[in-house]
Amino acid sequence: MAQTDIAVRVQGVAKSFGSTRILNDITIDFHKGTVHALVGENGAGKSSVGKIVGGYYSADEGVVEIFGDQVTRFSPRDALQRGVAMIHQELQLVPELTVLQNVFLGLETNSGGVLTRGDLARFHDLEKTCEFALDPNAKVATLRIAERQKVEIMRAVAREARVIIMDEPTSSLTEDEAERLHALIARLKSQGTTVIYVSHFLDHIIANCDSVTVMRDGQVIRTDPIAGETKQSLVDSMLGQASEIIWPDLPPAPATTVAPVAELRNVHTSTGLTDISLKIRPGEIVGLIGLVGAGRTEIGHVMFGADRILSGSYSIDGVEYPRLTIPQAVAKGVALVPEDRRKQGLVLTQTTRPNVSLASLGKIARGGILKPRTERERVKRMIDHFGIVPGRIDGDVAFYSGGNQQKVLLSKWAVEKPRLLILDEPSRGVDIGARQRIHEFIVEMAAAGVGVLLISSELEEVINLSHRGYLMSEGRIFAEADCRTLSVETALHRIFHAQSELDQQEKGTNP
Amino acid sequence: MTDMTTTGKTAPRITAATIGDFARQYGVLIIIAALLIGLSFASENFFTARNLLNILNQSAPLAIIACALTLVIIGGGFDLSTGAVFGVASVSAGWLAINVDPYVGIAAGPLIGMFLGAVNGLIITGFGVHSFLVTLATSLVYRGIAILITGGALIPVRIAEFSWLGREKIGLVNVAVLVFLAFMVLMMFLLNRTTFGRKVFAVGGNEEAAILSGIRTNLVKVMTFSLSGAAAGLAGVISVSRISMAEPQAGAGMELEAIAAVILGGTSIMGGAGAVWRSVSGVLLMALIGNGFNILNVNPFFKDLTTGVIIVIAVALAASASRR
Repeated sequence: MAQTDIAVRVQGVAKSFGSTRILNDITIDFHKGTVHALVGENGAGKSSVGKIVGGYYSADEGVVEIFGDQVTRFSPRDALQRGVAMIHQELQLVPELTVLQNVFLGLETNSGGVLTRGDLARFHDLEKTCEFALDPNAKVATLRIAERQKVEIMRAVAREARVIIMDEPTSSLTEDEAERLHALIARLKSQGTTVIYVSHFLDHIIANCDSVTVMRDGQVIRTDPIAGETKQSLVDSMLGQASEIIWPDLPPAPATTVAPVAELRNVHTSTGLTDISLKIRPGEIVGLIGLVGAGRTEIGHVMFGADRILSGSYSIDGVEYPRLTIPQAVAKGVALVPEDRRKQGLVLTQTTRPNVSLASLGKIARGGILKPRTERERVKRMIDHFGIVPGRIDGDVAFYSGGNQQKVLLSKWAVEKPRLLILDEPSRGVDIGARQRIHEFIVEMAAAGVGVLLISSELEEVINLSHRGYLMSEGRIFAEADCRTLSVETALHRIFHAQSELDQQEKGTNP
Repeated sequence: MTDMTTTGKTAPRITAATIGDFARQYGVLIIIAALLIGLSFASENFFTARNLLNILNQSAPLAIIACALTLVIIGGGFDLSTGAVFGVASVSAGWLAINVDPYVGIAAGPLIGMFLGAVNGLIITGFGVHSFLVTLATSLVYRGIAILITGGALIPVRIAEFSWLGREKIGLVNVAVLVFLAFMVLMMFLLNRTTFGRKVFAVGGNEEAAILSGIRTNLVKVMTFSLSGAAAGLAGVISVSRISMAEPQAGAGMELEAIAAVILGGTSIMGGAGAVWRSVSGVLLMALIGNGFNILNVNPFFKDLTTGVIIVIAVALAASASRR
């Protein structure tokens, strides 16, 4: 292969933080106009390779070449000037500015520093490539995660990036949104752009990438063309041994005569929920099946007392709560593991111990005074139970991998067995090992008689882990299904069908 | 996301990096130690029990305020009204001591302060306004109240039953120092050993996570501001009883000194991290600089300048520690 064919060359790169070595002798060539995947468990170092190419980290050893030029003392700004843009897992936008302002941040049309008209026309030009249908004047703060990601991608395209690094681009997208993203990636590729695709979603990688580098423990295991790879062959390389994705067996579903632990009846909210009725019985795992924006997270929030009910009723253990507050819900044994663990779940300035204790401080104190020994024992028990690494009671959670952060967050609610456990995207952005542990945990909870409400954008996950599911679209539940007989394909088909029906109804009522 | 696999297994090795970390962690103590040693060599009058206790005694009111302010700042708040609360508490305590009873005056200081602090907290949480703005405004209101109480005049308070608090000693140690030490221990206990302290850290570290854990974050905030007010009130009473004079302008500028001490000690202005001992160290460091200037007979004009430069250095060091 000719030298000119290589967009980015990483050679013998090593990187350490303090005494922890996170990358070791990394050598990868990324070819022009290809989509190159980086896979590996969390902590394998794939995001770090992305950050080195994107200029966020500087390599301790080794050489990084961008289009043949060796770079030293690299910054994200230098990277952008050389045509390398990175789209982060945690998106980096200015929430108070509009879509348009974010896309052209730092590249505004101007005349001698004074802003002039023209950004909107450029935006429409970009839209021809991207086809995202974003409102240029919408404030980014009001957008959902999936839409914000589109803004980030447009921003990279606006900068005429020739290399785009995408860190977990599909982790917050629904299947059809992911498909649209992959179509865009194909268009970018046909224009000669190189995409470095960091992801946990092996199906997406196999379907959309040209080559793949498998990483483990900060080292490159192998780089190969994607042709001939299977999910199994990638997983084997990632884990270093043969293994497969196994869905745990569900405990038997409770009888339909069992009184529900929580029940919503004809609930409406200001967050867009319309006429929601659902039941969760003790020991039952109930899945909410729908696309992003269908109102799944909002149901979780209502059941946790975080959003007000406008009309309809909500009862826990048969008692109605018209104005439930979060502290009341927690006292009744309702637990919510929110979708954004860093923003809504963990206190990153604190260590593992206070994070695990946060939702049940009353249980480790007498008269408001903490009982340190009880607390340490409880936290230790959780660390062992979930296999949290590092296993230190006062570990620095801010530097844990995604999977281990998620385990700490689950510990917060598992440490005192809840009555109703609401899980919003419990395995988003975590590695295969942690994912399996989380799945086992969900089943454990159900077996112990906890009612579980499971929300996940991965249909395969909800359907395989739930006894029963509610199919949702646009703030409504349009059907109930037995998940043991439901397939991903049928579910998707029914959702799309319901959506087009709703659209037609709207057209019918507003001609 | 930072990818890190095994941080647990590293052996304790002394490297340049760990020394750097240590210096950033305990920088304020290192500077204090250096000053203590340097000033001891510079003047034989410095390292005497008398001088050191005197430094402590003079710093007691500010240290009390800084201790409670630490909880406010860890909780993600900011209190610019402590100086004005100090003023209101001073004149109320003085007036009550003369017109009602000296002990009522002493007790009233912290209670009135706590009330004014609670008012701050209720406005902040009730209207969802940033504490910086609220306390900036209430500090003007409180100062006005202090002036109204005395009509702008000073109130001399020469009553032995009142002035013991600021003047008496038990053995070698001033009562005010003992009160400060007791208050410091109380704040440390609240912050580190109680569920309330845990909630303060959580509210400042990630308010949304705290709310979603079932914590009544507004109540926690009102409590931190009440404590800060109570501390300012207590400090005011100690000062009045020390100088036997209650004045409405007392404590002006003290709110900034207290904030400077907390920051100098290394408590994060972003909230969610910090310690009471840090703020006390910050107060002592500022006091030592002042004392050094006196002992060495240096132009006091340079005192604020030096303190300011040290704060800038301390904050820059702390910022470099949190950046990677």
